[in-house]
Amino acid sequence: MFSNRYIFIYSTVMVIIVAVLLSLTAVLLQPRQEKNITIANIQGILAALNMKATAEDAEELYQQYIKTELAIDQNGQIASIYKNGNLEKGEVRPFDIDLKKELFNKKMGNPFLSPLFIAEIEGDTMYIVPLRGVGLWGPLYGNIAFGLDFNEILGADFSHDKETPGLGAEISTKEFSNQFIGKRIFDDAGKFVSIRVVKGGVSTMAPAQQIHGVDAISGGTITSNGVSVMLKNCLENYTTYIQNNINI
Amino acid sequence: MSAEVKEKDPLFSLKNRKLISAPLNRDNPITIQVLGICSALAVTAKLEPSVVMALSVVFVLAVGNVLISLLRRTIPPRIRIIVQLTVIATLVIMVDQFLKAFAYDVSKQLSVFVGLIITNCIIMGRFEAFGMANKPWPSFLDGIGNGLGYGWILIVVGFFRELLGSGTIWGYPVLEKTGLYNWGYENNGMMILPPMALIVVGIIIWVQRSKFRDLIEEN
Repeated sequence: MFSNRYIFIYSTVMVIIVAVLLSLTAVLLQPRQEKNITIANIQGILAALNMKATAEDAEELYQQYIKTELAIDQNGQIASIYKNGNLEKGEVRPFDIDLKKELFNKKMGNPFLSPLFIAEIEGDTMYIVPLRGVGLWGPLYGNIAFGLDFNEILGADFSHDKETPGLGAEISTKEFSNQFIGKRIFDDAGKFVSIRVVKGGVSTMAPAQQIHGVDAISGGTITSNGVSVMLKNCLENYTTYIQNNINI
Repeated sequence: MSAEVKEKDPLFSLKNRKLISAPLNRDNPITIQVLGICSALAVTAKLEPSVVMALSVVFVLAVGNVLISLLRRTIPPRIRIIVQLTVIATLVIMVDQFLKAFAYDVSKQLSVFVGLIITNCIIMGRFEAFGMANKPWPSFLDGIGNGLGYGWILIVVGFFRELLGSGTIWGYPVLEKTGLYNWGYENNGMMILPPMALIVVGIIIWVQRSKFRDLIEEN
C-alpha cells in the first residue's frame, strides 16, 4: 500500500509539474493572445462604424480610417494626441488606455482619462467612444459612434464575456445595437441625457423622450440596465469636451 | 502458479476496434449513458462551437486517459480522484489557452463552457472506469471512441439547431440562398433555446432505439 509520505510527495511533485507546465503555456501563448485582444478591440471600434473587419484586415482598416486618437482628462482637456502613428502630446497612446482602470479612478475620485477615436471616412468626421460596464455575470464593453455634432448616434457595437446566451447575450446582436442609430444623447436644450435601455420598450416613454431610448431585451433586464449605466457612466466624461470644442 | 501466457494484442484487434466503435452507437455516452448532457445543451446552438467542443473533449479525453493509464500504478487510491481532476483541469486550461491564442472568436463563444469540460462527467467516468485499469493504448482508443461518441451527437444537434433556428450552417446562410424566406418560411427561434437540444437528443435516442430494439429496457 501507499504510505502517507508517498502520498504527500506524490501530490507535491504532481502540483509542481502541473504548475510549471501551465505557466509555460501561459507565458508562451501570451503575445498571441494579447494580439487577438487588440484585434478584437479594433474590430469593435470598426463595428461601431458599421464596418465588418476580419482578423486579417482589421489593423489595416483601422489605420486607414481612424486618423486621430485623443485622451480627454476629467476636466474635458485633451491630455494626449496620437496622430498618424505618432504620439504628439501626452504620455500614453489613447488606444492603450485601460478603460477599466480609468473608470475605477473616476469612481474613487482620482484623475482619469477617457479615450476618444476620431475617424475620417470619405470626408466625414466621426467620433467613437469606447464603453465599459458591468452586466449580470461579467463585464460588458462596446463602442459607440457619433456624427460631427457628437449627438446623433451613427452606430454602436456591444459585447460581453459571459452574459446568458439567448437573454443578456443578445446585446451583442445587430438587432439590438442597430436600435441606437439615429438616437441622440443631448436634448434640444443641449443638456446631456444619455441613452436609456427601456424595459417594456421605447413606446412606454413620453414621445419627446423616445429619441433618448432603445428597447431592452426581454429576460435580460440586468444586462440591459448594465448597458444604460455603462452608457451614462462613459459618455458623461466627454460632455465638457463636447461643450468646449464642438458646437451643439 | 498459473502459467499466464500473455498474447500481445495487435494494435487494431477486434477488441481494440470495439473500444472505438461501441461508444459511437451501442454504448454512446450521451444517448445510452446520458452523461454530459449539460454541455450538449449549452454549446449546440451553432455548429461551429459544437465542433470545437467535440474536438476539445476528444483531445482531453484521449490524452487524459493515456496519462492516467501511464500513472495508474503510481496513483495512491486514496487521492486518485484528486489526481484525475488535476490531469483534467491541466489539459482543459491548456485547451482554453490554445483556443484563446489560435481561435479567439470561438473561444469567446465557448468561454465558460471550455472551463466546464472539467466538470464533464464523461471524462471523469472514463478515467475512473477505464484509464485506471487498462494499458495506455486501449485507454487512448477508449478516449478517442468516447470523445467521438459524444462529439457526433453534439455535431448533429448543432447542425439541426443552427439550420432550423438561424437558417445557417457554419454561419453560411443556406436557407436565404435557397429563397425559402420568400415563400413565407421563418426561422424557429425556439431551436436556439437550450430545451430544444434536449428534444433533438431525445429524437436521436428514439431513432437509435427503434433501429436497435435490444437497447430498449424492459418496462
